[in-house]
Amino acid sequence: MKRIYLDHSAATPVDKEVLKAMNPYFKKDYGNASSIHYFGRTAGTAVEQARKIIAGKLNAETDEIIFTSGGTESNNLAVKGIAFEKKKGHIITSKIEHDCVLNACKWLETQGFEVTYLDVDKEGIVNIEQLKKSIKNSTILVSIMHANNETGVIQPIEEIGKICREREVLFHTDACQSFTKENIDVKKMNLDLVTINSHKIYGPKGAGALFIRRGVTLTPLLHGGGQEKKLRSGTINVSGIVGFRKAVEINHKLDYIKKLRDYLINRIEKEIPNVRLNGHRTKRLCNNVNFSFKFVEGESILMMLDKEKISVSTGSACSSDSLEPSHVLVSMGVPIALAHGSIRFSLGKDNTKEEIDYTIDKLKIIIKKLRDLSPLKEEDYAVHR
Amino acid sequence: MQYTDKVMKEFTKPKNQGEMEDYDGLGRVGSAVCGDVMEIYIKISKNKEGKEIIKDIKFKTFGCTSAIASSSMLTQMVKGKTIEEAEKITKQNVVDELGGLPPIKIHCSVLATDALKSAIDDYKKKKKLN
Repeated sequence: MKRIYLDHSAATPVDKEVLKAMNPYFKKDYGNASSIHYFGRTAGTAVEQARKIIAGKLNAETDEIIFTSGGTESNNLAVKGIAFEKKKGHIITSKIEHDCVLNACKWLETQGFEVTYLDVDKEGIVNIEQLKKSIKNSTILVSIMHANNETGVIQPIEEIGKICREREVLFHTDACQSFTKENIDVKKMNLDLVTINSHKIYGPKGAGALFIRRGVTLTPLLHGGGQEKKLRSGTINVSGIVGFRKAVEINHKLDYIKKLRDYLINRIEKEIPNVRLNGHRTKRLCNNVNFSFKFVEGESILMMLDKEKISVSTGSACSSDSLEPSHVLVSMGVPIALAHGSIRFSLGKDNTKEEIDYTIDKLKIIIKKLRDLSPLKEEDYAVHR
Repeated sequence: MQYTDKVMKEFTKPKNQGEMEDYDGLGRVGSAVCGDVMEIYIKISKNKEGKEIIKDIKFKTFGCTSAIASSSMLTQMVKGKTIEEAEKITKQNVVDELGGLPPIKIHCSVLATDALKSAIDDYKKKKKLN
C-alpha cells in the first residue's frame, strides 16, 4: 500500500490541472505584474482574471479581492488592519479561532484594545446570545471563523452577519477551511471581510486572499510599492494566484468525500469501543472526522499510523510545543484526558474507499495495542474532568 | 520534531510491557490530565552476593511515543541490576540510551525513572512493615 494522506485540512496535493495552469508563469510569462511592458501585462492580465473568478466564487465584486500570502496574512490584515484603522476599541472573537486570529487579538490587547473571546457549546458552535450581549458601542469588529480547522464544525455565519449588520459592526470570517466546500455569498451573508487561501483547495502554498467589502477601510500591514490598492505591498505572486484560481475551478468531489467521511465515522463508531466524535455530527465540513480514543494518547496513535504509512493529525499536547491539548476541544468541554487522545482525519478528493478500509483495519490494531499498554481505567476519567 | 530509530523501535516493539500479579513494588506517576501516566511493577530477589536485585520488571504507559519508548528502555536497563544500581539511573541515562529525544519531550515524558523510584520506595515500605 502506498502512503495514505488523511491530513487535507493541513495541506492538499496540488491538482495536476492547477500545476499545468501555473507552469507558464515560471519560465515563459515570468514578468512582474506591476510592469507595463509585454511581460508585465501578460502577468497582470492573469492576476486580474484570477481576481474575477475568485470574486465570483464569493459573489463579490472583482475589486473587493486583495491577494496575500495566505490565511495567516489575510487574518492579520483583517483583524489588525481594522484595529489600526480605528485606533482603539473592542473586538469580539471566539475561543476556537485559529492561532493567527487568537494571537493577533492577544497582541492587540497589549496595545490597548479590548477583546471578548466567545464560548462555544459542547458541539463546538459559538454562543450567539453571548455575541449579542457582547456587542457594545465601542465594538469595532467581530471575527468568527466559518468552519473550524480541527473539528470542521460550521458556524452560523449568516446569522452572525445579520446581527453584525443590524448592530453596525464589521464582521470578518476566516473561511480557509470552508472555501469551496461550503457556499459563501458575501452579499447574502452580510460579510465585510473574508479570509480564503489556496493550499487547502489543491492549490499551491503561499497564495491567499482577503475579501474587503467596498467602503471598508483598513490600514495595511506592509508598506512598499503600493500593490493591491496599497493594502498589500510586495511583488505579486503571479504563479501562485493563477494556481489559486484554477484550484477554485476544478471538481472538488464534495459529495464523494462526504460519503467517505460518513463511512469512516460509522465504521469507527461500530468497530472501536470507547470513542467519541468531537464536534457537531452534521454541521461539519464534508471532509472532517475528529475522534477521541479513550485510554490512549493521540501522538502515539499518530506515530503508529505513520509507521503504517497513514498520515493524520492530533489535538494532543504532545504534538505541539505548548504541551497544552487542543484549545478547540478544551473550549468545547471535552475532558482534557480525552482531548489528549484526539485524532483528526481530513479527507480529500483523491482518497479511495480502499484507503479508508486499510486505515480502519490498522487503526483497530493500533488502538488495541496502545490500550493493552495503557494503565488508564474508567475511574481515571471520573476523577479528571 | 524527529525521533531516533531507536526510539521508534522501542515504541513499536516495547519490551517488558504488561502487569504483574505477585509484584513486590508498584509505582504510579503522572496524570491523565497531563497526558502521561506510568506504572512500573517490580519483583525483587537476591543475587549470589546476597544483594537485592530487580529480578523482573513490567510497565504500563499512557503517553506519547517518547513516554512509551523511555518506559521500555528503562525496564531493560534495570532488569537484573541491584536496587542500588537501578536507583542511580537518571533521566539523562535513559535519553542517552535512546539516542536522544526532542528537548521538549525530556521533562514531561521521561517519567519512567520517577515511576521506578516510586516502585522501589513501595517495596522498601512494605519490607519495613513486614
